[in-house]
This record gives sequence, structure tokens and C-alpha cells, in this order.
Amino acid sequence: MDLFTRYMGLDLRNPFIASASPVSEKLDAIRRLEDAGAAGVVLFSLFEEQVRSETEALERWGTAGADSHGEAASYLPKPDAYDVGPAEYLELIRRAHEAVDIPIFGSLNGVTDEGWTGFAADMQQAGAAGIELNVYYIPTEMYRTGRHVEEQYLDVLRAVRSSVTIPIAMKIAPYFSSIASMAGELDRTGVDALVLFNRFYQPDFDIENRRVVPSVELSRPDEIRLPLMWIAILYGRLRASLAATTGVHGPNEAIKYLMAGADVVMTTSALLREGPSFLNRTVAQMTAWMERKGYSSLKQLRGCMSHESVEDPTAFVRANYIRTLGSHQPTGSW
Amino acid sequence: MRTILDGNEAAAWVAYRVNEICAIYPITPSSTMGELADQWASEGVPNIWGTVPRVVEMQSEAGAAGAVHGALQTGALTTTFTASQGLLLMIPNMFKIAGELTPAVFHVAARSIAAQALSIFGDHSDVMAVRTTGWAMLCSGSVQEAHDLALIAQSSTLESRIPFIHFFDGFRTSHEVSTIEMLSEDQVRAMIADELVYAHRARALSPDHPVIRGVAQNPDVYFQARETVNPFYDRTSAAVQGAMDRFAALTGRQYRLFDYFGAPDADRAIVMMGSGAGTARETVEYLNERGARVGVVQVHLFRPFSAADLLAALPETVRAIAVLDRTKEPGGAGEPLYQDVVTAFAEAQASGARRTVPAIVGGRYGLSSKEFTPAMVRAVLDNLSATQPKNHFTVGITDDVTHTSLPWDPAFVIEDPERAGCIFYGLGADGTVGANKNSIKIIGETAAGHAQGYFVYDSKKSGSRTVSHLRFGPRPIRSAYLVQRATFIACHQFSFLDKVDMLREATDGSVFLLNSPFGPDEVWDALPGPVQETIVRKRIRLYVIDANAVAAEAGLPGRTNTIMQTCFFALSGVLPADEAVGRIKDAIRKTYGRKGRELIDRNFAAVDQALARLHEVVVPATAAGHALPPTVPADAPAFVRDVTAAMIAGRGDDLPVSALPADGTYPTATSKWEKRNVSDEVPVWLPEVCIQCGNCALVCPHAAIRARYYESAALGSAPEGFASAPLSGRGFPNLRYTLQVAVEDCTGCALCVEACPARSLEAAGVRAINMAPKAPVLERERRNFTYFETLPENKPDDVEASLVRGAQYLTPLFEFSGACAGCGETPYLKALSQLFGDRLLVANATGCSSIYGGNLPTTPWSVNRDGRGPAWANSLFEDNAEFGLGFRLSLDKHHDEAIELLGALDPLLPVGLGREIVDAPQATPSEVDRQRARVERLRAALATLDDRRARRLLTLAEHLVRRSVWIVGGDGWAYDIGYGGLDHVLAAGRNVNILVLDTEVYSNTGGQASKSTPRGAVAKFAAGGKGGRKKDLGLMAVAYGDVYVAQIAMGASPQQTLDALIEAEAYDGPSLVIAYSHCIAHGLDMRQGLSQQKLAVDSGHWPLYRYRPAAGARTRPEFLLESQPPSVPLTAYAYNEIRYRMLRFTNADEAKRLMDLAQQDVLQRQGVYRAMADRYPPAAVRGQGVPGSQVEAPSRVAEPTLAS
Repeated sequence: MDLFTRYMGLDLRNPFIASASPVSEKLDAIRRLEDAGAAGVVLFSLFEEQVRSETEALERWGTAGADSHGEAASYLPKPDAYDVGPAEYLELIRRAHEAVDIPIFGSLNGVTDEGWTGFAADMQQAGAAGIELNVYYIPTEMYRTGRHVEEQYLDVLRAVRSSVTIPIAMKIAPYFSSIASMAGELDRTGVDALVLFNRFYQPDFDIENRRVVPSVELSRPDEIRLPLMWIAILYGRLRASLAATTGVHGPNEAIKYLMAGADVVMTTSALLREGPSFLNRTVAQMTAWMERKGYSSLKQLRGCMSHESVEDPTAFVRANYIRTLGSHQPTGSW
Repeated sequence: MRTILDGNEAAAWVAYRVNEICAIYPITPSSTMGELADQWASEGVPNIWGTVPRVVEMQSEAGAAGAVHGALQTGALTTTFTASQGLLLMIPNMFKIAGELTPAVFHVAARSIAAQALSIFGDHSDVMAVRTTGWAMLCSGSVQEAHDLALIAQSSTLESRIPFIHFFDGFRTSHEVSTIEMLSEDQVRAMIADELVYAHRARALSPDHPVIRGVAQNPDVYFQARETVNPFYDRTSAAVQGAMDRFAALTGRQYRLFDYFGAPDADRAIVMMGSGAGTARETVEYLNERGARVGVVQVHLFRPFSAADLLAALPETVRAIAVLDRTKEPGGAGEPLYQDVVTAFAEAQASGARRTVPAIVGGRYGLSSKEFTPAMVRAVLDNLSATQPKNHFTVGITDDVTHTSLPWDPAFVIEDPERAGCIFYGLGADGTVGANKNSIKIIGETAAGHAQGYFVYDSKKSGSRTVSHLRFGPRPIRSAYLVQRATFIACHQFSFLDKVDMLREATDGSVFLLNSPFGPDEVWDALPGPVQETIVRKRIRLYVIDANAVAAEAGLPGRTNTIMQTCFFALSGVLPADEAVGRIKDAIRKTYGRKGRELIDRNFAAVDQALARLHEVVVPATAAGHALPPTVPADAPAFVRDVTAAMIAGRGDDLPVSALPADGTYPTATSKWEKRNVSDEVPVWLPEVCIQCGNCALVCPHAAIRARYYESAALGSAPEGFASAPLSGRGFPNLRYTLQVAVEDCTGCALCVEACPARSLEAAGVRAINMAPKAPVLERERRNFTYFETLPENKPDDVEASLVRGAQYLTPLFEFSGACAGCGETPYLKALSQLFGDRLLVANATGCSSIYGGNLPTTPWSVNRDGRGPAWANSLFEDNAEFGLGFRLSLDKHHDEAIELLGALDPLLPVGLGREIVDAPQATPSEVDRQRARVERLRAALATLDDRRARRLLTLAEHLVRRSVWIVGGDGWAYDIGYGGLDHVLAAGRNVNILVLDTEVYSNTGGQASKSTPRGAVAKFAAGGKGGRKKDLGLMAVAYGDVYVAQIAMGASPQQTLDALIEAEAYDGPSLVIAYSHCIAHGLDMRQGLSQQKLAVDSGHWPLYRYRPAAGARTRPEFLLESQPPSVPLTAYAYNEIRYRMLRFTNADEAKRLMDLAQQDVLQRQGVYRAMADRYPPAAVRGQGVPGSQVEAPSRVAEPTLAS
């Protein structure tokens, strides 16, 4: 079975990429992902705030009490001698790049223009095959319009585009007023891939202690529908590659995404839960399914259920919405 | 190469390069030398032979000396760095090393020895105490000399085989930053002859050519053998001068054993050594330019003392000599240098080498870094002009008791007019000192300039004041005293204006830069009258900037340093402003370059804004400001008013000898008189939200939160705005509760807020106690606290003192210390003082707790309304357990003797009183109180008896009341330097209680690793990460079987803390309580100190337990493991602290390796403890099981704790 695919101009042996997660924090795990069949690995996200808060913490708490008492000019060894910053992350890219044959993508979650461009350039230099920009931004200000938000994405892309030559993917949120328009603008601005979609972690309340608690839940298979729809709609209309993320828990979700038109599928939750063997199994099961259906290559499969390929494109739009609503009949005691 | 260094670095730089092994141990002011050696080794910096010296920290200076001795005996070039008591601990090995003719150099930042008091400051008491050891003694008087003579000492020791102490003045030289010419590696290499190194190595112990050394000798040969070394000593001074001459050929800097400066035909001369010689030289030159004929001999080589060279150095014309010693030898014929000089002349005359001998007098100066100024030099020289010069004088103080002191004229100031003198008043935390060090670097590294910086710190660790004294000029600066004529003065904290006379040194037309919340148009009216008056009189140009606002706007809240530094350059004219700004920015780039661009940008913005927001104030012609507030209130005790207040106000130098106690005894309870107002934010209580749990009062490190309940009728006389609430709990309808904040004593740490479990129903972020700006509540809360203090004290027996909720009502007898804001140690001491304060004796090891606990001017150990309170003493660092055991022995002996006398006098006493006293239970506070009443009856009865035994019993009767002896210290003491003694005291079986305030590091000296430092943490002396596991002190003590042992962490379980302290005290035998104390040296947001303690417990790093030996009704021991098995990984605790995170930046692999091992340590220890708990289960488990966390939900707070 020919599972080869092309993503952001890179040839991959299959469409499975391990997406940004704590799994990729260790070199050994990256090796095991390659062995299990991953065609690429997006490293865990480098958060600019983390680097900055580390810097600030070192500055603030590492020098607290300095030069204020005769017995102690400071309380910790000189912080000047310490190399704070994304050094550890860049070192991982460097070592992973040397250790495996599959492409390693850096994942960057920036805050400032300088953070985006500076760290992106550092990642390229360290040997990243591409960069995934993880724009995690919740506009809470009442004066900020949708256009402001869109501009922010485009600004980030422009800034990073000007600082690196390797391909750039952008992981975006589904909360644009017009996703298609936004995708088109990003495409024209030079993005090499769109990763659909970023899942914003929504905090929970602990009502006993009256605290806001961070809540991270792994994705479920039924969450694929939103990205599935938009990949199907966008397929064939962009220069950029399309990556599907969220909800890939087995061959079925992967097949659906590919049918919708994804160039690659990314998986996190299942890997976290099952370990690298998930990839072996899923690739094998998908291959078996494709053989059963008579496919000989991924090319044949990709996009076969996209907006432009299905019999009834209205299934993706409003007519379908009306039908869907109508299909729900009350089951409670009415 | 010209550079800027302090004396410690200047000496250590050389020492590190010419040695193979450094055995180190921290002690102020020498610690930096060891720290640098450790840091260089961890960074792989090689010595001149291209190999990285091995640096090893020992458990004490005695241990360091032993290791040095051993390393020398086996052929390695070895050194150490020390001072003061540390040097004394080395004495036994020093005799050995010298006796065996072993080349070595110890570098000493000379410091006072603890006598009537400890002092960290500089004089020659320590080095003079080792002058009989046979070591050569080479003295440096400046930073440059500390650098140069470090090398000359090493070269000389190799040649002479006599070991050398190379010493320089603590602080004045060790901490002065100054422009110096650095040696090159080539120059260092050229001074060290490899064949002498090989000769040293050839003498090493080796089984390939075995010898025996350290034999025992008998009367037949010891004496002769002792005399064998004479030729080596005879050759040493020539070896040193030879090394000095070779050094001069290499560097152009010529030194002599005795350097003479002054008139070739001088009639009067001073002989002295150390930094004061620079001041003397400067003064001599000044006087000679004005017609005098005076000179000064600076002694470099003190031992072996070369009389011939001294005589040769002094002009024949000198007819009077003053020998100045920076030490005191009570009862001696004179101080050491004086005696040597007298002897030299006497011998010269006796031998006929000299026909006449000048008049020679000796005097003391500069003890404990007392200022030594040109005025004092002139006073010494003037004394020599007298017909009968005063001998055995002092200079620099007013001795109105034995009248030794020479008068001096403070108006005699000779500062070089071409030199800029600048003084900066800053707050410890605001970075003023750091910025000034940076300014000195900027200026000193320019081609022409010379720069000097010296920094004066106060004795408090929180809210401390720093004063930076900077000089810049075209010529080398030898003035080893504070700036006396300032052309620029900066005040970085507006509130200091009311407290310090900071314009005293301002010259006419000088610049005064003020960081002010008031703008240029408003500031004048906010200035105190005396400040206004000085500004007008001296025509001072006043500038203001709101640096705090600029800093906040630049995203650097509280960091005003670069802003004030920029203003300094803009106003002082020391450098062209543009060049200075460029250099400041370069320095910022250099400092933060590796830490992130963001910080660079913020600092750049601060620099640019500083120039834009700096304004000159139009000074009116007259002064009309407010008067300065009194230093202490008028109702303070006489000693506090007359003596303490002078020290608080910075006028301690003016106190005469008669003002001070002769034996080092001071009153307690003085911290309350020093209202320091160090925090702009203070806690404010919301009675309606409060659940009266007592957590905040318990954890407050400065005892600034007090709780009391009282009859509601008392509110009738309360001031307006005095907050109260009905006392919670059933059955107390007429009682009110008040939580009162002493806002003037609060340091703003916010631990109370973090400890508060109660939250407002309306807004989840609001607690029962919240931080708020102080200014709006200051007056009200000051009144409220005064009133609160008048409410009746709640007595221990009226509350359930063993519960947190009850303990809050006990009056703390440890209050308002100078500890760091958010200190993790002081809450434990405060708890001790609350539980046992009225019968408490504390033996306190040297360290943080002895500094915040006993450093003048004011001290925190206090008294209750009856005048009773803890009696406190500090002996040394190394002997505290033994010191405390001594307390117990004495108390027990006096108790026993009192009982004996009671028996003997029984027939003469009221019937039954003796028996009653002997049999009285004294387990609870009320029982102790009743015993006190009985003893009072006894005293009254004894007073009526005319009986020698009765008079004797009167002096012992107080011992019939139970006493509580606590031996307190940090982990440096308990785990390391004092461990041998501690171990012995535990084994001795006596009823002493040992409290180890475990910060896992030598906190007081700046964070050096101890054996308590956990694996994987970075500390000084363990810059590469502590590789070994933390010592389990508790388990070692448990092994004795009959020692009560508890490990506690207040932040994790305040109840277990109280339980352990109470049990330990009640146990009639030795008790050891090890208390987790978060610390500024952990690199931690101190506000999170308590939650970090909880994480330490939850991660298994710090298991909570109590081991109760079999005693009394308990027939078998019990081991209560009181923390749950680890519920979070160690990293969840560790990586909240910079001390652990640092290693990830320098060596990620090593960080991971050590953290993995540390995690294994946790599991292994947990297994051991679990097995102990299973082996020794408690006979009966307390009702509530494991004590609750400090953040217990309201429903879990213990039920009403007031006794019914």
C-alpha cells in the first residue's frame, strides 16, 4: 500500500504525525514514535510565557535578598552563568534531528512578535524541518474586534515568515466569523499548512473551594466533526497543506479526515493513552481497510469525500443543518 | 589589565590558580572566596597548570584545616579561605602544618572575634590570635595588594617552606570594589617555580618511599627538634623580599616588607598594617605638603618579624613613633605590633646598633570596622608631638571610663578635590548596591578613571538600608574610610528622609537626587524642616524623579536601580551623559543577554524614561518643613531612649564607652521600640469573613498579627474604627474577638493571606485577611494596635493552647525581628515563645536565628506583662548543643540543691510548704503558675529567717519552677559544624530540647550547601548541584531509642507542629525537632512558602513524623508517620524553586540524573519510615487522625478551642 503523502512540501512515508504533547519531551520517546510508524513528530509546544516567566523568576527569586545584608551578597550561585531560555528545547530539536530520519517540527506558542520570530529562527537553526505556530489567544477585551484578531494571526505569520525559510504550519482556532476567508488569507500570506483545530482548554470551577481549576481533557472521537467539515470544505481550494487534529482514536477517524482532504492526521490523546503501539495498529488497520476497499494508494482516497467530491455538497451547509435538527425527536417523557 | 574587583575576588583569583585543592567552609566575610573557587571549578576553569582544582566543602573550619593538612602531606598544593572564629578552629592544624615545614597559604579576610558580642566586621583580632602558630603573616592593605600579595605569599611559601597567612581587612578590603591592575596568567606562572612545587610533591607521603611523620617525642628530643626550624624562619623574610622584587620586575609594582611613605626627614611616624595604612599615607602626604615632617610605615610581613628591616625602613630622624594595632589584647603589655616594635628598638639599642630610641607609644583603632579617618591619623600624630605622648591609647571612640581615647577633629577632612564622592541611600531589595557596583565598573574601566565602592549594610535582613560610598577620580584612591565630602547624594527611598541625616557630608553646591512620589512642584513641602534647612544653607541642587512610577510603567515594579543609576550619570558629570547611557545599556545587555530580550527592553525603557522624568526643583530661600519624628517614643525605657535610639538613628559611633554594658548584657523586648515601617502594603482584616481559625497569627513571621478575645464591655473605650467580631464558638455570647495587625512592624510578606482558609461568599478572591496599601490605614491601625495592647492578655490556661485556634491567643514573646520578609524559621520560634516563653532559656547557634534574634540595636525576644520572657544567649556556631546542655546542667544542679535546702529548712518553714513545692505537678501553664505562687510564699518565709541556708535558698528558689531549655540553630550547625556536639548531647540523656530550623542551606552566610542540602539542588559550594543525598538527621537520632524526634512543617500541618513542640518539651529527656523552613536562599516566591512546605510533604521530600520513646506510662516506643505516602512527584515540589531549576539551565542531563536519584531517595525513605511506623504503631490514635493542612476548609477547622 502506498501511503506516501506530501505535507508542507515534505515527503512523508504515511499521513500519521504525532502532534504536540508531553510525549515528545524525551528523545527516547521520539525514537519510539519513529519506530512505531510516525511519519513526523511535532514537539511539545515551547511557550514564550514559560521562557519569559522562567527568566523573570530567575531574575526575581534568584537574586532576592542580594546586596542587602553584610553577610550575604547573594543567596544562590550567580545567575549570570546560567543559560536561561529555550536552550533545552532547542537541544531536543538538535538531538532528535540527529537521532531520527523523520522530520521534527517545532511547535511555538508565542506572545510577542519578538518571541515568535526569535524562537522560530532558533528552531530552524537547531534543525527543525518545519514550525507549527500554535496561536493560543483568547480575545477578552471588549474593544477588540474580530478583524483585530484576524490581523493578529496574519501579523504573526508575516513576522515568522520573514525570519525563517523552513515551512510554517499554523494551528488555528475554529472561532473565526469566516473560517474559509481566514484560511484563504493565511494561505495568501504564505502559510504552508493549516492545522485544524486548536482545542482551547476551558477551565472548570471547584465549587467546594471556590477556585478556578485548569482542566485538560483528552479528545473524544466524536470531536472530529468540526475539523472534518472544514477540511472537507477547504480541500482543493488552498495552496497550503491541511492537517487534521483532534479525535483520532483509531483508523476510522483517520480515514474520515483523509477522505475529507487532510494531507496528514495528527494524534495526541490516543498516543498518550495507549503509547506508540497505537500508531502501528492504526496504520495496519487503515491499510487493511483500504485494501479491502480496493485502494492501492492514499492519493486515491484523499479528498474523496470533500466538499467538491461528494454527491451532495449541501450536506456540508445549511440544508444539512435543517435536516439534522429535524432528525432529533424527543425521547424524554413529554 | 585594568578591572574592577573586590578584595575577596582579587585574592581568590590568584589562590585558585596556584593551588590544586581548596578545602572550604563559609564564614563572613571570607565566604565569597570559597564560593568563587567552587563556581570556577564547576565551570571548569583551570589553574596555571591547566588542571581544574578540586574544591571540597568541609563540615567546619576545623575540618577544612584537617583536610588541608592531609592534602599537603600527600603533596598537593592546597589552600583555604577563612576568618574570625573559623581561623581559631584551624589553630591545632596550623601548628602541625608549620611544625612540619609545609608550604601553604591561607587567605584570611580578617574579622573580629566574638567576645562580649559577635561581630562580623573587620579587625585583626583573629590573625593576631594565631601568631604563635609559626605561620608567616603577610598583610595586604588594599584590593590591589590582596591580589598581588596573594601571589607573593604563594611564591614565598614554596621557597621558604613556612606556611603563610595572607590577610586583609574584612569588609574594608574584602568587600571594597576598586580599580586594580589584574595579573596575567603568565605573570602568575613566572612567580611560581615548578621545581619548588616538585620539591613539595617529593616530600609527600608515599608507600613507594615511605616515611613516618607526626611521631610522638619525649623530653629527650622534643625541645631540640623544635629548634630545627630556625634557619627556615631566618630565611623567610629574605624569601619574601626576593619574591617582592621578582614581582616588581614582572609588574612594576614594588612592595617591601616594611613600606615607608612620607618625609625622608620625618620626626614623627606611625607604624601599622592593613587598610588603615592607605588612609595614613594619604594624610601624611597632605600634612607634609603643608609643612609637616611625618611618615608612615606600612607593615606587610608581620611574621617572621624582621626587626632589621623595620629599623631600616624608618628614617633615622624619627623621634616619636605611634604603633597602631587593629586588635585588643586585654591585660597585655601592649598590642602585638606595638610590642614587636618596642622590642626591635630595645634590642637595637641594647646591641649597640642604635644609640637612641625614639619615644614609642601604642594605640588601638578600627576594631570591628570602626571608621579610621584622616582626622584620627592626625590625632595620632599630634599625640606624638606632646611632651608626654599618651600611650596605650585608643582613637576613633570616646572612652569616658578609662580615658584612653585621643580626641580628634571631625572637621579635618582631606578628600581630594579632584575626586567625586557620592553617597547613595537605598533599600536592600531595590538594587541600589548592584547598580552602584555596575556604575563603578562603567567608570573604573574607562582609560583614565579610578573608582572605589564600599557598601554599608544595616543589621536587619528585611527592609534593610544600604549606603553606598563611591569615589571616582583621576588618581589611585587609597582612602579606606567612608566618603566624607560628597558632591552627589542620592536618596532612593523617600521615607529615609525622616530617619537619616543624609546631607551631612554634602558639600556646598552639591547635587541631591531624590526618588520622590511628589513632583518637582510639591516635593519641597513634603521635606522635613532640617533637610530643607541644609539644602538652603549648602545651596544644594535638588532633583526629583518618581522612579517607582517609571519602574512600574516599564514593567519592572520595585526595580528602581537602573533608573536612579541613569539619573546619577545625568547629574553627576562623572562621564558624559550620552556615553554613560550607552554604557548602562551595554551593561544591561551583558547582564540580561542570556536571560531574554524582554528584560533588556524593559530596562532600556526605564533608562530612557528616567532622563525624561528627571526634574530640578526650584528651592525656596527658607525652610519651613515638619520636624523630624523622635527615633523612639518618649515612654521607651531609659536604655532604649539613651543608647538604643542612638544606634537606630545611626549615631552609635557617638556613644561613649560608659553608655555600653561592660559584659555584653542587654535588655530584651526592644524590637517593639523600633517601628521600621518597611512595607507599603499590609494585611487588613475583614471580621465578617473571618472564621477565627488562627492560621494567620500562627504563621506571621514577624508576630505582626495578634488575636485576642475579651469582654465586650472593653469596646467602650476602643478608638473609632477598632474592628471586632463576636467570638465564634458556642457559649461565649459576651466575648468579642479582634485580629489586630501591627502595621508598622509588618514586612508585607503576605504569608497570612496565603494561610487564610476563609473566603468571602460574594467574591471568591477576597479572604478574611487581604493585603492593602498601608498609607490609608496607618494612623487608624497604629491607634488600634496601641489600644489592642491594653486589652487583657489571654492566659494559656484559658485557651486550648495545644490547638492552632487556641494558640493564637498566646502572647508572642518573639516579635518584630529583622528576619527576611516571609521567613520560614521565625514562626517556629514565635510558637516556642508563645507556648513556653515565660520559663524559656534559649541557647542559639550562630546563624540567621542569632542575627535576627540577637543583633543590635533592637532584639525580638520579649517579655509578658509580668516581665517574664525568654532568656537568650549565643555562644558560638560549633558548640551550641554543648552550650545548651550546660544550661540544663546548671539548672538541674541548682534545682537539686534547692530541693536539698528545702528539706534542710523544712522545720523552719510553714508546715507542708516544702512538700507541696516538691510534689507539685508542673505540666500545664496553670500548674506552673501555681508553683510560682508557692515559691513566692517560700521566698517570703525565707526572708524572715536569719539562716545562712535560707539566704542560699533564696538565690536558688526560682529553680523550683520548671524551666524549659531549647537549643536552637540551623542545619549548618546541626548537620555539620555542631553535629558532634549535638550527637553527644542527644546521647547524654538530659532534658534538653533541640529545635533545628532546617533551611537545607547555610542561609546566613549566603546559601552554601550543608549536609541537609537535598540532592539535585544547587547551592553555593555546590554550584554544579548537590550530588549526595540529604542526611537523615532525625533517623540518626531515632537510632538512640530514647530521644524524642519529630519532623515538622508548619505549612503542611500547623497542628502537628504544635503537637510536636509540646510533646518535645514535655518529654523528660533529649528531644530533637527538625522544622522545615522555607528560605530566601531557595529561590522561591516567599509568599508561597507555606504551600511550598505542603508540597515538600506531599511529594515525600519532607515526611512528617513523631518518634516517641518509651517513657513513663508508655511502655514501648511509637513512631507516628503523619504524612501520607507521596501524592505528587518530587519535581512538582522542587521545580517551584530556583535552587533546583538552575541546574536544568547549566546541565540538563545532570539535573535529570540527580532528580531521578532524589525521587528514588524519597521512595526509599518512605519505605523505611513506613516500616518504622508499622514496627512501632501508636498505642492510641488521636481522634482526628492525620492533622489537617494549613489550608483546611472552614468545616475542618477544629471545633471551639477555648476551655469551658
